[in-house]
Amino acid sequence: MPLTEADVQWVEEAKLGLWEQLYIPALVDGLKTTVGHIFKKKITEQYPEDEPKMPANYRGVHRLNRDEAGRVKCVACYMCATACPAHCIDIVAAPAPADWQKDGREKYPETFVIDELRCIYCGMCEEACPVDAIELTTLYDLTGLSREQMVFDKEKLLSVFDTTTKAGTDPVRTRSGKLGPASEAPPGA
Amino acid sequence: MPTVYVNDTPVEIGTKRLNCVQAAELAGQFVPHYCYHEALSVVASCRMCLVEVGDLKDGKVTMQPKVLPGCQTPVKDGTVIVTGEYAKRDPAVPALPYDPNYTKAAPPGERAKRAQADTLEGLLVNHPLDCPVCDKAGECKLQDFSYKYGRSESRMVDVKNTPPNKPQLSSTITLFTDRCIMCTRCVRFTREISGTAELQVVGRGHHEEIDVFPGRPLENKLAGNVVDLCPVGALGSKDFLYKQRVWYLKTVDGVCNRCSTGCSTYVDTNKDIVYRLRARHNPAAQGHFICDEGRYGYHHANAAERFVRPVAKVEGRFKPQPWSALLPQLKAELGAAVGANPKGVVAVLSPFLTSEEAFLLGTAFKALSADVRLALGPVPVVGTDDKYPKNVKGEPVEPVKFTIRAEKAPNRIGVEEVLKALQGELIPFASVAGESLSAMWFAGGYPEPSHLDALIPAGWKAPALLIAQDLLPTAMTASAKYVLPATTGFEKEGTFVNHSGYKQPLPRAARPPVETRGELQLAHDLLGRTGLVQPASVTKELAAAVPYFA
Repeated sequence: MPLTEADVQWVEEAKLGLWEQLYIPALVDGLKTTVGHIFKKKITEQYPEDEPKMPANYRGVHRLNRDEAGRVKCVACYMCATACPAHCIDIVAAPAPADWQKDGREKYPETFVIDELRCIYCGMCEEACPVDAIELTTLYDLTGLSREQMVFDKEKLLSVFDTTTKAGTDPVRTRSGKLGPASEAPPGA
Repeated sequence: MPTVYVNDTPVEIGTKRLNCVQAAELAGQFVPHYCYHEALSVVASCRMCLVEVGDLKDGKVTMQPKVLPGCQTPVKDGTVIVTGEYAKRDPAVPALPYDPNYTKAAPPGERAKRAQADTLEGLLVNHPLDCPVCDKAGECKLQDFSYKYGRSESRMVDVKNTPPNKPQLSSTITLFTDRCIMCTRCVRFTREISGTAELQVVGRGHHEEIDVFPGRPLENKLAGNVVDLCPVGALGSKDFLYKQRVWYLKTVDGVCNRCSTGCSTYVDTNKDIVYRLRARHNPAAQGHFICDEGRYGYHHANAAERFVRPVAKVEGRFKPQPWSALLPQLKAELGAAVGANPKGVVAVLSPFLTSEEAFLLGTAFKALSADVRLALGPVPVVGTDDKYPKNVKGEPVEPVKFTIRAEKAPNRIGVEEVLKALQGELIPFASVAGESLSAMWFAGGYPEPSHLDALIPAGWKAPALLIAQDLLPTAMTASAKYVLPATTGFEKEGTFVNHSGYKQPLPRAARPPVETRGELQLAHDLLGRTGLVQPASVTKELAAAVPYFA
């Protein structure tokens, strides 16, 4: 619908008086804000000299959790790969090694590869995982020299677990393999 | 006409002898069931098909006071079936005059619904609920029915039974004992269809388990069917174990290409790789089941040694050739051979080709010269027809319920009919193999190379120009001048004619490797036609040219 004359409201520019025309009050007003910040608490982070502490629910690089015995916790159910909207997770499943089967582990991921460049860090994989095996960590400064370097395999993802656990920057769902505050309590607990 | 009332909807059953599950299906009502299977005896052990049954007589409905297993309850004229889905019935259908004493305690359908929910809770008492690692997840009847008819929460507080898995059950099948719901379909299958009776139930109550006798594993040629029959993830095929999650698979109706029975199958593929074959119910072809030869007979499609691009023999070694250069060369060399001596040129059409491929290839060669001969490729026959069920001595027992045929080719009759129509007579490969020929086009597609090698005469001398099209290296491709890649039975579209003359259409389940040109397309190109071949139009052409396919 085109605008008609009735829709338009004309506003006249405010007329400046002598006081305003001096511009000094406006100058002082602005300086007041600037000087005020000199005495306030500093919020600028000196990145990269100082590294920021990310909130525990930050969605950064993935990690694959380990169970108590140090084995990969993932059971290769493909739920994350199915939920992934970017199709960046590639799993090859296989029957678990014989000594794992004693603990009821029937299936494990032979390979588990995430293309970190294709990933959109939405956290759906974490959401879908029935065993809390995949998590997004607070590591945000993901760099590499080639595309191949940015394709993370199982060992690399497990090493992210080791690094983050050692650094005490576990994500919100679990803490070093134990359930964290954001996860549901097991029934009957 | 005898009439049965399913959720108030009258349905005429004619003279058929049906149970409540089948009668409900006629009326379009699905009654969930695990142990009941059309081809097996009824045991009514799972209690999932519980329905309310009554009788309509003199305008009055008398309902039985308790729910009955639908699979075991036959219907007759006036039988009233109320399923658990009664509340969702068609509201336009007038309700039957149920006895107020019956509806007072619970509305119709409520008893069945509650009974089914309780049954499911019972089945799940010892079920490990390990759906994430279970291969059946996604096509599991326990999942489906629990979702649709079950409770969302378990009241089970005790420790579940965890019997050990039995991977030693069979060389091809593994048993996840804890997932079993004891429907005994597998046990009945081995007793009634294969007759080999390896499986049995041991233990009692909640400690019942499927097992085999020590030293007598589940090894018969129909064993793979128990995996299809298993409604839960208890019996798993070792061939498919953990290969794919089922929701990634695309299912296409296929036809087995391993013997002349021409069993109907489901071909499960993902990204053009065949991962699994399953039996498809088709009474006109084979019934409910397929044999293990067919079930596991897809590995040739994914074999590493498969020909995936055309090659030509240059200085004794095969070198890859681009189609753009190869095709004119083939045409020129064939043309020269036909020009010199058309009688010395033979096109061999194997019984693994579809009728359409045989027709179009035959037409292409007859177009070169009417004197070019078309021969039927070697038809592999291994042993004799294997009939099931078998008795304890391994002898077949009447009535025969399944036959694995000795003729290991899916379309001998179809190719024969095409050849008869194109040249009036049928020339078997053996009769041309003894002649000294100038050129031969061998359209193979043998999934089992040893079958072909066994049928090539010992002293066979390859013609100077031998163009062999096949899947895997054989004696034929070894002596060929050109080897062209062939397509498998999963990668082509057409018609197979089985041993009894039953014509089965065959859709394409997977695309062939990129550099492979299908037989039909190649024939299309040889005929000088342009563009891509349309299989449907070739089928029409075939029907018009060959009366057998009309």
